[in-house]
Amino acid sequence: MSAQPLLISGLVKTFGGARALDGVDLELQTGEVLGVLGPNGAGKSTMVRAVMGRVAADAGSILIFGTIAVAGDPVPRLRIGFVPQEIALYPLLTVKENLIVFGRYQGLSGGALSDAIDRSLEWAALAERAADQVKKLSGGMKRRLNIAAGVLHRPRVLMLDEPTVGVDPQSRERIYSMIESLREDGVSLIYTTHYMEEAERLCDRIAVMDHGKVIASGTKDELVKSTVGTGREIRIEVGNDIPPHLGQELIEDGAVVDDKRITFFSDLPAQDVARLIGRLAEEAITVADLSIRTPTLERVFLHLTGRELRE
Amino acid sequence: MILSVMRAGWMNLRRDRAALVLSFVVPIVFFSIFASVFGGKGKGQTSKITLAVADEDQSLHSGNLLDALRGDSALKLVEAPPGKGEMKFNAATAEAFVRAGSAPVALVIPKGFGATKIDFAGSNGTGQPTLLLVADTSDPIASPMVNGLLQKSVMTSMPHMFMQGGVAVVDQFSGGLTPEQHANLDKSFSMLQMSSAAQGKTSGAGSPMVNIKVNDVLGATKKSPMVAFYAAGVGVMFLLFTAANAGGALLEENESGTLDRILTTRLSLTQLLVGKMAYLTTLGVTQLTIMFVWGAVAFGLELFSHLAGFFVMAVATALACSAFGLLIASLSRTRAQLSAITTLCVLTLSAVGGSMFPRFLMSETLQKVGLITFNAWALEGFIKVFWREQSVASLWPEVAVLLATTMVFFVTARKLTRRWEIS
Repeated sequence: MSAQPLLISGLVKTFGGARALDGVDLELQTGEVLGVLGPNGAGKSTMVRAVMGRVAADAGSILIFGTIAVAGDPVPRLRIGFVPQEIALYPLLTVKENLIVFGRYQGLSGGALSDAIDRSLEWAALAERAADQVKKLSGGMKRRLNIAAGVLHRPRVLMLDEPTVGVDPQSRERIYSMIESLREDGVSLIYTTHYMEEAERLCDRIAVMDHGKVIASGTKDELVKSTVGTGREIRIEVGNDIPPHLGQELIEDGAVVDDKRITFFSDLPAQDVARLIGRLAEEAITVADLSIRTPTLERVFLHLTGRELRE
Repeated sequence: MILSVMRAGWMNLRRDRAALVLSFVVPIVFFSIFASVFGGKGKGQTSKITLAVADEDQSLHSGNLLDALRGDSALKLVEAPPGKGEMKFNAATAEAFVRAGSAPVALVIPKGFGATKIDFAGSNGTGQPTLLLVADTSDPIASPMVNGLLQKSVMTSMPHMFMQGGVAVVDQFSGGLTPEQHANLDKSFSMLQMSSAAQGKTSGAGSPMVNIKVNDVLGATKKSPMVAFYAAGVGVMFLLFTAANAGGALLEENESGTLDRILTTRLSLTQLLVGKMAYLTTLGVTQLTIMFVWGAVAFGLELFSHLAGFFVMAVATALACSAFGLLIASLSRTRAQLSAITTLCVLTLSAVGGSMFPRFLMSETLQKVGLITFNAWALEGFIKVFWREQSVASLWPEVAVLLATTMVFFVTARKLTRRWEIS
């Protein structure tokens, strides 16, 4: 029987009185990309470091492929790869030399090491820069190498701790395609981020963390449905002042009226928009702008925590 | 505007503890060390010169001379090899004592010294009693100083010898003394001998009347006698700086997150530290080799005839310095802290351990304190090899101390780095 790659139960960690992890429960299925979404200080990195054995939990347990993994014990973690948030590379060594060093630290040698390096260089699109010193690479290239150094030993589980921090959109796309190719190879991934679009695009499931706890988890649709519902957000900017009686009427219908902006949610956006525009025309009010938006994780997070993700 | 710049500078300094320590604490520490070394803080701190004495004459005259030397506050007489019971030094064992570095100079009073009359008759000193000083000139002060003190003691402790010499000249050139005059003079000699033996410490000065032959047993055959001494001193000091600096790579790895990555691989922290030690040791041995080869090429240092001893000492020293580098890196939280600790530790160790100036210049207390520092042992080992020409086997105390230091430093560093392993 093949156990699930990772099962975290009731993980608690306190640093000098502050609870970094406050009973984290998390489960990673085979071949799944699990996004861990949360603002800075939510406990994402501490959770990843605990899984990697670098943080000793005060309570709770971590099971890796069914084996209890205590802090400092490398054996259960041999099939896990780790990509730290920082550019954890030697800047004076070349791209290839870095891969050689970290490949050897992973126990690779000879032909296996050469193959792993060639594969990683190709995968990270860095083959042409193999002989360049890392300090001469662009930020995006360093990030790609940072990821490549974590998968040399072909782990079955990969922990990625905010792997796209400070990367421009073009390089980020390249990193997304690297992650997607890992998923195609059946690697199970935990991907911490505070970028909503990353979580939406890459992750099969999302766990929302805040103040050291997983406050909700599921697919994006499940999270939306269970928190803000499936209604579309409709926003209309008008060209004239809204008369008080109309404003009162809209508020009674569940809309938010803010000066010349009207916002409301609807499960039937087409009908409701048509009806509102007709009502505005009756009052000789012009429409300056109209937007209909599907519910976002941003709204889910706002709903769950009462604050913006990037606060 | 200018005031704002100045204020910003002070505010930054106040918050940078490392810079504060470097600016205000380190200078005070160094001032104190140098003041202790050269100022001799208080009286009675000046180093006494250890003088080994081999009295092969065993006469009343030689006894008087030794009594006078014993009473000299600048000298510390050693008359027998330690651990040999009542057996006193002879010329050979006294020389061996100097060669071993146990004393910078030895006095050999040869047989017949007391029986030789001082010749005032202008025989170019050939008839004078001759004393032998066996010197280790790595201490350039001891031998000349003992020479001067010896002249003084001879003048003051043995006036009868000078009188006998003078009477002999008078007897020769005055047509001869009467038997009665001879009898009176003999009586006076006896009284004078007894009196000088009793006084011993009388001060006095005069021109050298006794031949003193100085035998430089260690430096005489060397092309460039002091180069070995300074090569070792400077080499060990820079090895400490190099090791401390290279040990800082560990801090950089921690700060950059590379250590996080490394410790999630198959490499354990102990393996990492052992690997760092191996790297630092090879770096240290290479550094010392380059330095000594340069010493050989440019200054005539006799490296190639002492390769085995050099290699043993270079490896032992580099090991201890490497462990020292890891220890202070593990003690530090940031590079700035490391920089301050390195400056403080390395300069203190170098000053007290004898890299900056020889330990024999220091007070006796500081010389003893110096032995607590491992670099003093490293220096002593190199001096044994290049200066005292001692065998590789004789290096065991220095090698043992350096290896023990390595172990203690490494184990402590490993314990301190535990905080990086698991938080």
